Amino acid sequence: MMIVAEPVAKLVEAFNKLPGIGPKSAQRLAYYLLRSPDEEAKALAEAILTLKERIRLCSICFNITVCDPCLICQDKERDHSKICVVERPLDIPPLERTGKYKGVYHVLHGTINPVRGIGSAELKIKELSSRLQDGSVKEVILATNPNLEGETTAMYLRRIILPLGIRISRLARGLPFGSDLEYADDMTLGQALEDRREF
Amino acid sequence: MKTDVSSKKVGTGRSRSYQTQAIIIKQTRLGEVDKIITIYTPEFGKLKAVAKGSCRPGSKLGGNVEPLTHSLMMLARGRNLDIITQSQAIDVFPALKNDLWRTSCGFYILELIDSFTVENNENHPLFDLLLDTLHRMCQDDNSETILRYFELHLLNYLGYRPQLRECVICDSPVKQTFNFFDPDRGGILCPGCGQEQPGARPLSVDALKILRLWQSCDYTTARRVKLGAGLRLELEQVMQGYIKYLLQREVKSVSWLEELKK
Repeated sequence: MMIVAEPVAKLVEAFNKLPGIGPKSAQRLAYYLLRSPDEEAKALAEAILTLKERIRLCSICFNITVCDPCLICQDKERDHSKICVVERPLDIPPLERTGKYKGVYHVLHGTINPVRGIGSAELKIKELSSRLQDGSVKEVILATNPNLEGETTAMYLRRIILPLGIRISRLARGLPFGSDLEYADDMTLGQALEDRREF
Repeated sequence: MKTDVSSKKVGTGRSRSYQTQAIIIKQTRLGEVDKIITIYTPEFGKLKAVAKGSCRPGSKLGGNVEPLTHSLMMLARGRNLDIITQSQAIDVFPALKNDLWRTSCGFYILELIDSFTVENNENHPLFDLLLDTLHRMCQDDNSETILRYFELHLLNYLGYRPQLRECVICDSPVKQTFNFFDPDRGGILCPGCGQEQPGARPLSVDALKILRLWQSCDYTTARRVKLGAGLRLELEQVMQGYIKYLLQREVKSVSWLEELKK
């Protein structure tokens, strides 16, 4: 005989598969939904369903979107001669929040990681270079993360883009706001010194 | 069990924290902001430790726990994994990290170390070899020689030193002719024995001489050897064939190095 009713057990199991949710949290979430109003549970179920049904990748920039091309690629007001290359769709919202970038994006969906067997073929690199062929793009901004894999990816992209004669820039590396010079690593501090600006 | 490991780590009694040099081999995400860092240390061999909060922008660990960094670390003993409380970079190898080919060679070196070693197994010469190899990668353009020299000596320190003097089947001294290398037996085969072994691959006299020399000389001597393209390729194939046999799998970063060579 089952101790827990089957629908509850099923939901607990489903929650348990999510990242960072253990068996106890999964139980708590399931029992919370059991007690919550019908609408709340239905809204959650619908949100999950539409996520899988309606979300796809933009055929130009490979960001996640409901319409193809995505809203950013469709926007005539934006500067289509600048492409900012990011690792994941998650990287776009913070860049947008700065309000300082009016160009378009390209999502690689990962970084080169030789030790995990991820090379250029596993990323949207071919798609990026075909976007650059028609000569309309004037600048590519490499916004991969400033860690070893991100740097490797950026260096590889530079190797591919350089022959096309397009301006390549990299997000500046320096000290984060609210940090401490004493604890900065040599790589960052060195870059911060090299890229210092008139004040 | 636990006490044994701990007392070995400090040498005298048990203290709650200890300091060590470390070369960072690998990192994996742990939850939202933490990372599990795999390090190679002179006293304890390979270790895994947690770098708490190192994904946060203002983290004091941040860049000091990136792979391909030589650091001085302070670790606190944890229940499962130890926790990195401080990390100060001794050398970040900027010349290596600012070059695509050298960085990729660095990935290969780290993958070999990670694949061939087990945790908590001290191997001081191997730590020195790793550190020297990373320094050489920064200073010397001769990456092929650096890698082959590293591979040979890595196998040496791990007990897989290939036998290159006598035929490993019939014990006869190797003659100045085309011989065979057999990964399965870990050494050289004379032409007579080699032809009968399906896994053995032919090995030229020059390649054999270089392998013998590199096995026993220091790096300054090793780098004086000038290699033609054919010989370089042969040495690479012999060594990587042997390594693949020992690990019983492909070394993943090799395919990336091949892609870059194109």
